[in-house]
Amino acid sequence: MKDTGRDFLVYDEKTGVYREDPEQAVRDDVEKHYWLHVGRTILKDWRLYVMLIPMLLVFLFWRYFPMYELLGSFKVSDDTKAVSEQMYSGFSYFKSLLVGGYQFTTMSETFWRALRNTFLLSFYGLCFGFPMPIILALFFNEIRSNISRSILQVASYLPKFMSTVVMTTLVVMLVKQGALTTSEGILSQALASIGLISKETAKSGLLNDPGFFRAIYQISGVWEGAGYGSIVFFAAIIAISPTSYEAAQIDGANKWAQMRYVVLPSMLSTIVIMLITRIGSLLSIGYEKVLLLYKQSTYVTADVVSTFSYRMGLEGGGAGSKGIASAAEMINNVVGMLLVIGANTISRKASNTSLY
Amino acid sequence: MKRRLEISELIFRILSYVFLTVFALCCLYPFVYAISASISGKHAVEYGEVILLPRNVQFDAFSAMFNNNSFWNSYTNTLFLTLFGTLWSMGVSILGAYALSKKRLLFRKTFNFFLVFTMWFSAGIVPQFLNYLSTKKIFAAAGIVDEKWLVVIAMGMAAMNIILLRNAFEGVPSEIEEAAIVDGATEFQVLAKVFIPMSKSTIATVALFFAISRWNGYFWAKQMMTNHNEWPLQVFIQDRLTYYQDSEQMAGWNESYASDSMIYALVVCSIIPILIIYPFIQKYFAKGTNVGGVKE
Repeated sequence: MKDTGRDFLVYDEKTGVYREDPEQAVRDDVEKHYWLHVGRTILKDWRLYVMLIPMLLVFLFWRYFPMYELLGSFKVSDDTKAVSEQMYSGFSYFKSLLVGGYQFTTMSETFWRALRNTFLLSFYGLCFGFPMPIILALFFNEIRSNISRSILQVASYLPKFMSTVVMTTLVVMLVKQGALTTSEGILSQALASIGLISKETAKSGLLNDPGFFRAIYQISGVWEGAGYGSIVFFAAIIAISPTSYEAAQIDGANKWAQMRYVVLPSMLSTIVIMLITRIGSLLSIGYEKVLLLYKQSTYVTADVVSTFSYRMGLEGGGAGSKGIASAAEMINNVVGMLLVIGANTISRKASNTSLY
Repeated sequence: MKRRLEISELIFRILSYVFLTVFALCCLYPFVYAISASISGKHAVEYGEVILLPRNVQFDAFSAMFNNNSFWNSYTNTLFLTLFGTLWSMGVSILGAYALSKKRLLFRKTFNFFLVFTMWFSAGIVPQFLNYLSTKKIFAAAGIVDEKWLVVIAMGMAAMNIILLRNAFEGVPSEIEEAAIVDGATEFQVLAKVFIPMSKSTIATVALFFAISRWNGYFWAKQMMTNHNEWPLQVFIQDRLTYYQDSEQMAGWNESYASDSMIYALVVCSIIPILIIYPFIQKYFAKGTNVGGVKE
């Protein structure tokens, strides 16, 4: 049967004429009674749809309704009214964030600083935090004894299971400032004694110094996540068939050649996927950790968009601050979503693997 | 076939042992230090003499903490949130994931997109909080006023976990399901007697993900709970830490233990349950991350 492009007509090869498809009547009927058909199917299978309802409601209430609240960024914010009742104010909040002016004259500087910090924190995370799990996985592969490897792996995954509060509390305590009766944190002492930082810096507390925030953030990030992150790469390595190694050995490949031509190519697709995910989430930095580690004295390097809007919107910043907070998150999240979709599209084109 | 190791390979192997050992010790050190500092004598902690092992062992910080009602309150609240939060999240996720795993579900793609879109785009904390304030009114009208229950039902749902469950349910052979239906099982019986037993390991993994995230939850509990008696442990720890920092590390502290020991003792109490169950559960986590891809 030739495809005519007109699905209601079929080309009859014997007679050479187009005639109406006999199934068309059925299709018409289904189309006419589409919603009746849907209703009947749902009614017949109602249990399945009932199961779906709680999940849909939860996501509707606490994931989609907040998106509606984002409308507040286009409206004159007024704490006494619901979003739907507020007056539209156009793009004034966006304008004052991006170029300044309106009621908030210096806001755009703070916002751009926050946007830059967000980007830089993730970018440094990409440079230092991303290779670390791969290196760990390669090293884990070198360890032949299963018992010692398991012990090392279990120890290195552990920090991942601690809460952000426990982690930041430990960081705060390890690099705390010295006081009259108490000495500074043990890590500051150690760093000062090997001469990496001066005694005065150690005494005044590393977290009070904006110059150290990014380093502390990245190092604690590696401490927290590198071991756990190595799991996926290690899984890629142990999935390599032993015959690949044998074939390489017969071809005269030494250890380095095996790593170059067997191990790394097998890990490549995993590395590409993880890298792309990482790039996609460049702007979605965890706000909890920053919120718990930063101080007013380190805003210069530590303030990110979500903490900026948290301060504006939830710690009370006067008239219009909720609107400006929503606008800031709107900008951040829309750019973030474009990055995710872009990264995903590239991944699909390049390696036929996509995350979503 | 056993080859002699080349010298460069030998160096690499030794290097990997050394590097990994150092890394693992660095990962463990803060926890060991916290435990040591929480049970060391006042003078040793204040003058930074505790390096690795405890000195002048005493348990004053712990006994002071155990006599503190707020501590027990927060511990009970954390247990409450972990237990009911995990049950709620698991219930909703299993039911939803089961329905989504069925090919015959109408608008399946739409529902999937509804779920996955929340991983791409989130409204952010301020809109989420404003939304919480307005939904709170709706729930108050329905009779749910306790903020504890609101935290349980509103927070901690994760699209990724539902997708993990859905993928596991999709892996169950349809012949077994058909056999159960022929035997007269209803939809709920099929789920409870066939699908849940057959994807036990994924369910355990996801339940652990939920439980850990509830146990560790901080930000939303703090934002949503106005009554300080309902605070979970993490919020309590952070509150103590802030107080400690704001009061210049408790200048004029007159207890028999160092003020630092109190903070460390809280941290130890928060991590001990995880440390106890960790050896038994870590293999599940290793498995959970391998199932990262999402099928369409």
